[in-house]
Amino acid sequence: MLQIPLWKRVLILSLCALGVMLTLPNLFYSRVEGHNDARAAVEMAGGVATAEQQAAIDAWPEWMPTSLLNLGLDLRGGAHLLAEVQVADVYAARIDGMWPEVRDTLRDVRDQVGNVRRQPSVPGVLRVAVSNPDGMAVALEQVRQLAQPVVTLTGMGQNDIEVTAEGDEIVVQLSEAEREATDDRTIQQSLEIIRRRVDEVGTREPTIQRQGADRILIQVPGIGSAGELKALIGTTAKLTFHPVIGSGSDAGADPGARNLLLPSMDEPGRFYIVEQAPVVTGEELVDAQPAFDQNNRPAVSFRFNPSGARKFGDYTAMNIGSPFAIVLDDEVISAPVIQSHIAGGSGIITGRFSVDESTELAVLLRAGALPAEMTFLEERTVGPELGQDSIEAGRIAALVAMASVLVFMIACYGWFGVLATVALGFNVALIFGTLSAIGATLTLPGIAGIVLTIGMAVDANVLVFERIREELKTARGPARAIELGYEKALSAIIDANITTFITATILFMVGSGPVRGFAVTLGIGILTSVFTAIFVTRLLVVTWYERRRPKTIVV
Amino acid sequence: MRLRLVPETTNINFFGYAPVTFGASIVMMLASLAVVLTMGLNFGIDFRGGTTIRTESPQVVDVGAYRTALTPLELGDVSITEVFDPAFGDDRNVAMIRIQAQEGFEAVTPETLLLVEEALTGHDPAITFASVESVGPKVSGELIWSAVMAVLGATGAILIYIWLRFEWQFAVGAVFALVHDVVVTVGVFALLQIRFDLAVIAALLTILGYSINDTVVVFDRLRENLIKFKTRPLIDVMNLSVNETLSRTLMTSITTLLALGALLALGGDVIRGFTFAIFFGVIIGTYSSVFVAKNIVLYLGVNRDPKKKDSAAGTNFSDVDA
Repeated sequence: MLQIPLWKRVLILSLCALGVMLTLPNLFYSRVEGHNDARAAVEMAGGVATAEQQAAIDAWPEWMPTSLLNLGLDLRGGAHLLAEVQVADVYAARIDGMWPEVRDTLRDVRDQVGNVRRQPSVPGVLRVAVSNPDGMAVALEQVRQLAQPVVTLTGMGQNDIEVTAEGDEIVVQLSEAEREATDDRTIQQSLEIIRRRVDEVGTREPTIQRQGADRILIQVPGIGSAGELKALIGTTAKLTFHPVIGSGSDAGADPGARNLLLPSMDEPGRFYIVEQAPVVTGEELVDAQPAFDQNNRPAVSFRFNPSGARKFGDYTAMNIGSPFAIVLDDEVISAPVIQSHIAGGSGIITGRFSVDESTELAVLLRAGALPAEMTFLEERTVGPELGQDSIEAGRIAALVAMASVLVFMIACYGWFGVLATVALGFNVALIFGTLSAIGATLTLPGIAGIVLTIGMAVDANVLVFERIREELKTARGPARAIELGYEKALSAIIDANITTFITATILFMVGSGPVRGFAVTLGIGILTSVFTAIFVTRLLVVTWYERRRPKTIVV
Repeated sequence: MRLRLVPETTNINFFGYAPVTFGASIVMMLASLAVVLTMGLNFGIDFRGGTTIRTESPQVVDVGAYRTALTPLELGDVSITEVFDPAFGDDRNVAMIRIQAQEGFEAVTPETLLLVEEALTGHDPAITFASVESVGPKVSGELIWSAVMAVLGATGAILIYIWLRFEWQFAVGAVFALVHDVVVTVGVFALLQIRFDLAVIAALLTILGYSINDTVVVFDRLRENLIKFKTRPLIDVMNLSVNETLSRTLMTSITTLLALGALLALGGDVIRGFTFAIFFGVIIGTYSSVFVAKNIVLYLGVNRDPKKKDSAAGTNFSDVDA
């Protein structure tokens, strides 16, 4: 009776010890954080540590665990954004890019199809009118040869474009499979660019992840406001260089076919008419740095890749004396007159920048342009002080909760209550230990989840103790009563906790942000409290019983 | 000397006042529904879109002045409330400002935020914005949907689990008790016009978890006693089971309420609504597992002899006042 094999005892105790070990770093949060930061910095620097960094590393022993609880935005302060990427924007650009190719292909069969002309249409659809409708079959065949197979797992065997005839017009648009593949690429690319832009400002542990088909969740701790974050990532930073046709002050002027009317960034009321097709785009940039121009005003210097450099060089050589617009996100930054042939593919953008603006523009250009625009569906900012207050309040509440539960348990169950509270201590250590080990994020509702678990964790013990009390009335001797108590309470403990665990799981699946943090702590709390009640308290009770061998026990 | 919440053996007839207790539950549920329908819930921005701004200032909050500062912006429905918490000193005056979602915008409108912050700073230069949250109408619609799905999904999953582990009558009884707890809690939120947001949904799900926990413990004992006392009337076995588990039911509720009470009083105002929902839910959940769940089981009857057909059992006790 009441036998627990040695290996089980060792296992239970080592799990508890592990829990305590993993929890310890959190009690010295800033010290361990300093240690981790310094270590990462030293690794980045190639193993050379400054005296300051060495001191930070030495502040926490190497052999101790170093994983910390991640603090959620509501505790640490920072910004949260949910962005929707306008994936359809990309279709239009893709289809527009096909026009020269379609034109050239049809030109080769001009004797059969006649002249071709591009017709106005909705974005994402290319309409080409053919002057000789009899040649339609040939034209369709030729255009269809431009199609490429889609390279995805699901879109096998499909082409990227759909080519149909409507009257005397050829209609070209992206196929369903290609749209999906494009969406996927757009989101991946946006994620990558956002990540690079956020990393450039060097904040710690940002969360940047895809949500659903076309959304991106961005959480950056420590940043001042969601507005700042949006300014950083929301700019498309699409840099293009266009030939200038004219300029004026009429916002409603008709720029003419395939030209654009763009406002000036610096001079309100001034508009430029530029050719729609850019000479070079920012995609061909390899570098951009903040710099100063000859008059010592902030500027941005840039360098093109070889193909960009060639296009830029050729254009400047052929157009000396004409103005040339540098356009950022559909605004003309400046329109200098080409003074000479610019070879080598590097140049400088001047405008009325402040130093901060030129630095930011350089960052944006370096990271690349977002492939599509984003709209923001949700934004949240939490100030760091509010987070600190919440941590403080949560800590006090948790301590008071612990203390009152402890007093109450001892008042009700005496010595057994003491054992249960020892187990409760291990339980809390195990919760924090597990959360740290899996790198979970602690949120304010998460703290509430822990406090709730403290209250509910004793439930399994209560079930057992009440059962032992009952069994004491009928069973032969205390040992048998303890054994029966554990045995018979087990089904209630399991059923009751599985149902609670089900709700925690569902909360985790449908919840987001802080609610999910709550689900994680609640779920882990259920697991650890069942473990401590069934194994730890039992081990304590059995060990005590073996030492004392009391004739009677009072629960 | 041990603290005993209930005497060592109790023999309370929990069905003695069934018309009062069970009747009261039905009345509370109906009243809650009526309150929700007439007064409506005070939905947070999670569910109806819009912006909330939490301001802090050393100066005393002047709701009227804030309103005057914001009126020229023509933002539609703006609600300004001062927040009180014992932890705030004299130099910390907190207010919550809620602005409705702006017409014609699917997403968040950043310019509005800037204007609001400027207007308030103009009134009180020392004001700081401790937190700013905006939810676009597109997302809030989805959040309502996912919240409803969460509550329904959890209830459904519990129904299936109890059905597998016990009998279908128990599952129906347990779920009825859950619906009772959720409806009454939501009713209280409508009555007191406490802000109803995503965190409160999390609280509702926690209540589901807690209440089912309580109910299952009683059912577990009932299952055991039904095997032990094969011939005693169902109502007696039920009373016995509730009496036997009463001490545990109260112990657990009190320890949980102690912990939650600490959180409610000291956990700060940010999660007070959330904590209040759970606190209230634990009370109502304890009540429902003692007075509601088993009444339904009694009404439906339990098949005590697996060889007999289910339907026969129901009629055996149909004369019991439940």
